[in-house]
Amino acid sequence: MTSRPRLREKAQVLDDAALDRALTRIAHEILERNGGAKDLAFVGLRTRGVTLAQRLNAKIASIDGAQLPVGTLDITLYRDDLDMRGAPVIRGTDIPFSIKNKTVVLVDDVLYTGRTIRAALDALIEFGRPKAIQLIVLVDRGHRELPIKADYVGKNLPTSLSQSVQVHLTEIDGRDEVEIRES
Amino acid sequence: MKKDLLGIGDLTRDEIYLVLDTAEAMREIGQRTIKKVPTLRGKTVVNLFYEPSTRTRTSFEIAEKRLSADTLNIAVAASSVLKGETLVDTALNIEAMAPDVIVLRHASSGACHLLSRICRSRVINAGDGMHEHPTQALLDAFTIREHKKRIDGLKVTIVGDLMHSRVLRSNVLLLTKLGAEVWVSGPPTLVPVGIERFGVRVSANIGEAVEGADVIMMLRIQQERMNGAFIPSLREYFNTFGMTKARVAQAKPDVIIMHPGPMNRGVEIASDVADGPYSVILEQVANGVAVRMAVLYLLAGGVEDETAA
Repeated sequence: MTSRPRLREKAQVLDDAALDRALTRIAHEILERNGGAKDLAFVGLRTRGVTLAQRLNAKIASIDGAQLPVGTLDITLYRDDLDMRGAPVIRGTDIPFSIKNKTVVLVDDVLYTGRTIRAALDALIEFGRPKAIQLIVLVDRGHRELPIKADYVGKNLPTSLSQSVQVHLTEIDGRDEVEIRES
Repeated sequence: MKKDLLGIGDLTRDEIYLVLDTAEAMREIGQRTIKKVPTLRGKTVVNLFYEPSTRTRTSFEIAEKRLSADTLNIAVAASSVLKGETLVDTALNIEAMAPDVIVLRHASSGACHLLSRICRSRVINAGDGMHEHPTQALLDAFTIREHKKRIDGLKVTIVGDLMHSRVLRSNVLLLTKLGAEVWVSGPPTLVPVGIERFGVRVSANIGEAVEGADVIMMLRIQQERMNGAFIPSLREYFNTFGMTKARVAQAKPDVIIMHPGPMNRGVEIASDVADGPYSVILEQVANGVAVRMAVLYLLAGGVEDETAA
């Protein structure tokens, strides 16, 4: 049997400057849409969503002077596919503020099927009744399986199901970059 | 993780740390207003208790409910066991109703291993005779790590009825696996022959055993398991091995005092020690829920592995 090496191409979608510009734009959009930073709070989805939330928080601080609370959400216990995945490591949720009557801005790196966000909404609502929940994603790659839509998008990226999108952030991966790979 | 949790003996260091780290995340759920996550929705957990238990059974039940499992308790006092049914028959009948997990407490050592061989359900040992009580050792380790930030290199002294204690066996296996220096002390009649082979230091002198200890763990005098004269009297036992303030003073200043419960005040531990500032006895109980949630999640939350199929 002859085995052909599989094609593994990758391409850069966002470099560090483009990623930073996207976050700056989103920070302005958040303030514009909510009429300022009053009663806003960030909740980042582990792991890269948290880093993105911290960066957005710093940007809002430099534009508006407001320091917003940033929480961390681990949605593992709310997944609908635990039976298929084994028991993934849980890193914990930390939302050290009340989300009651706040506009909670959820932050994730890639929006794909929407199942992660479905789980995040379930998880979040158990902490109280927020006034509203908005969603930020750095990349929207399409292929939704649930009726979920992001309010702020860094980059819309049409992909095929065989591709994978990887977000790298300096704090975690040593560089800022979004890549698309053929796998 | 394996299919079942039968004892600490089956766990690797990494698996122990995985349970402790997962428990860390589980504890946060207990601090929420809505103390429930949907993780084990649709799974059935049977708590099959052949011995009386308040703490362990309640703790398992709360852990199961916080993970949204459907739970049922079979207390033997009100079951067909009184009509002469054997453990195997009871287990096969429960198994026929397809539970996902069976939590078993039994007076005979090895009962959980027996169940594990005949059942497809996952089996969690909630204490089998004089053998093991793995979730107790895990919650003890969790409590120690929380206070001391490590387990490796600590001096842990365990005092009491070493012979009949499954808590001792599980703790010794776990603590030595994680690199603690374990000392044990108790009346010679209650020290099993060959206990040094577990890698512990034995001393009949409680002063020597407690000297410089980071952790003191007291074991209950188990009068229900004693079918002979092991100690002259409870008063004498207290005088020789009871944990008093004076003995605590020989340990490190930041020592913590542990007890798996239920306590016999004035037998193995003085009341002012049990209620003292260094006592973490109630924290152990609180941590038990988080640790049992972690075990349930790691065993039942995931795929059925090959051994279960």
